[in-house]
Amino acid sequence: MNGFLRFGLLLAGLIVVLLLTLAAFQLPIVDSVKLIFDGAFSDKFAWSRSAVKMTPLLLTGLGMVIAWRAGVYNIGGEGQFVVGAIFGAAVGKGLIGANAAAIPGGSLLILVVCAIGGALWAWIAGWLYVRRGVEVVISTILLNFIAIQLLGFAVSGPLQEQKRQVPQTDLLPDSLMLARFDRQTDVHLGTVLALVMAVVLTIFLYRTVAGYRLRLVGDNPKVARVNYIDPGRVQLSAMALSGAMCGLAGGVEYLGLVGQLGTTFPQQWGFLGIPVALLGGLNPMLTAGAAFFFGALFAGTENLARFTPAGTTIVYVIQATAVLAYVGLSGLKKARPKPEEETESTPS
Amino acid sequence: MILQYATPVALAATGETIGQKSGVIYIGLEGSMLAGAFFAMLAAQSTGSPWIGLVAGIAAGLLLALLFGWFTIRRGIDQVVVGTAINLLALGVTGTIYRTQFGKSGTLLSVAKLPPVFGKIDAVEILLLLSAIGLTWVLQKSALGLALRATGEYPKAAEAAGFSVARLRFIGVACSGIFAGLAGAYLSLGISGSFAENMTAGRGFVAIAMVTFGRWKPMWVLAAALLIGFAESLQFTLQAAGVQAPYQLLIALPYLVALTVLVVVGRGTVAPAALAEPYVKGD
Repeated sequence: MNGFLRFGLLLAGLIVVLLLTLAAFQLPIVDSVKLIFDGAFSDKFAWSRSAVKMTPLLLTGLGMVIAWRAGVYNIGGEGQFVVGAIFGAAVGKGLIGANAAAIPGGSLLILVVCAIGGALWAWIAGWLYVRRGVEVVISTILLNFIAIQLLGFAVSGPLQEQKRQVPQTDLLPDSLMLARFDRQTDVHLGTVLALVMAVVLTIFLYRTVAGYRLRLVGDNPKVARVNYIDPGRVQLSAMALSGAMCGLAGGVEYLGLVGQLGTTFPQQWGFLGIPVALLGGLNPMLTAGAAFFFGALFAGTENLARFTPAGTTIVYVIQATAVLAYVGLSGLKKARPKPEEETESTPS
Repeated sequence: MILQYATPVALAATGETIGQKSGVIYIGLEGSMLAGAFFAMLAAQSTGSPWIGLVAGIAAGLLLALLFGWFTIRRGIDQVVVGTAINLLALGVTGTIYRTQFGKSGTLLSVAKLPPVFGKIDAVEILLLLSAIGLTWVLQKSALGLALRATGEYPKAAEAAGFSVARLRFIGVACSGIFAGLAGAYLSLGISGSFAENMTAGRGFVAIAMVTFGRWKPMWVLAAALLIGFAESLQFTLQAAGVQAPYQLLIALPYLVALTVLVVVGRGTVAPAALAEPYVKGD
């Protein structure tokens, strides 16, 4: 296993792209790198900011890994993230309303419901793909829009704060928030949860029969079918699991950081999970590495923005360039599996 | 008013229809629009002419589309992967140049807007209506249209009939890029007369959704985009009138309808059969 080598190459490649990007925008390279490094690692506050940014990137990235490894190109992470959080907020409101906010396991309950919400949202796209032959790209784009509007409706309607002034939910009490390690920093239990999920997903993909089937379907659905594995069923489950991970990401962002939902809740984490997963080679542990790199880069470039006009937008350039370079070099041209062919013969 | 709201989405959706008909789903539409909006503004600001701005916007949109085409058509890399990267690239590049050139915010850029031609209607809006009609004709009646549709339905047959699938798909992607660039340029020069970071705000994705809603027919796609424009303008009218309506549901309606159609009829026979599938010659 040359995991370390691959990780080293990934990191080296990303740093090269970072330097080239800084040069392309005529930013002072040495000073910029120092500002970015300080913003990401200089003290516990910087480390905390990096970890907080890494968390949603890692969870949505893992979500992408599951679906894409099964050959379903889910780009609906954003919608699944949002719908998961809406589901969670509904439970949160219920718990507060029932004066049960302090019950043990309240936050766990909310997180589970978030994952279910995300899974349901992704399941719609998976069902359309497997049973109706509709490209996941198209259905997830539609579902992303509906999710955003649903959020707008929820926070100005059924889930709105009790004062009914601002379109946002009530702030959750501390008893429902995820534990923080240090009162001064924002880093929360969700970061640990995300890392645990990376390990769990590694075990699932490489050490279980179900994980093996999932990879087989993504690599070669014909071989899977010959071996009595129904690619459609596997892909539908993969899509639901992927959505569950993105929904969980929404829940972790809600319970770990913001504590309330408003129209500014979606911060593109669902989309940004895609380049993270791709650069991690669709491998959970490498995805964790990529998520940490980009989390640190987001934290670092926020610091850069304080002293120079350039800011977090260069992270997008780096992600895009790195993805294009990566696929251009490695040629990710594996033909992807088609939707179930039985749909033509069995109208349902 | 409705036409003005609808025009950027309608233009981008019209171009995307041609691209999808040739079998390429250009996810980078949002990126082409954003690049179009930014470089149109930049060119118009430095030359003082909105017309040169329009051309620059189209060029920027086209350039990104060709980059996408090189990766997906020449190298056979997945369209979703490359499209996502193109969007990020445009978001990052326009955002960074904008910040480094014009400061973080504050300085409000304003450039000369496009002048109206008849009454309140300007040249781009006329072009939109003409191109929807023209493209319907090209797709349905011309030899090029037939070849384009064939590449989207069954590329092997098109190749066997002596057409170059790669060239036809490049034409399709180029159309998507040109229209998206124009759509973006219209957003900055025709509507706002300024630029803001990420000013397209998902309109490229709306356009892709409208292609599905319009069932891959240019005139229907145009109608779908006008409907979205109507829904959006109704939102402001309702808010201004103080009507307490869940307008989010109104806005979500076209997407819900598009989704319901997909649930009921599925991919159907209208969607190009080889959509989003890389074609490798002789495979």
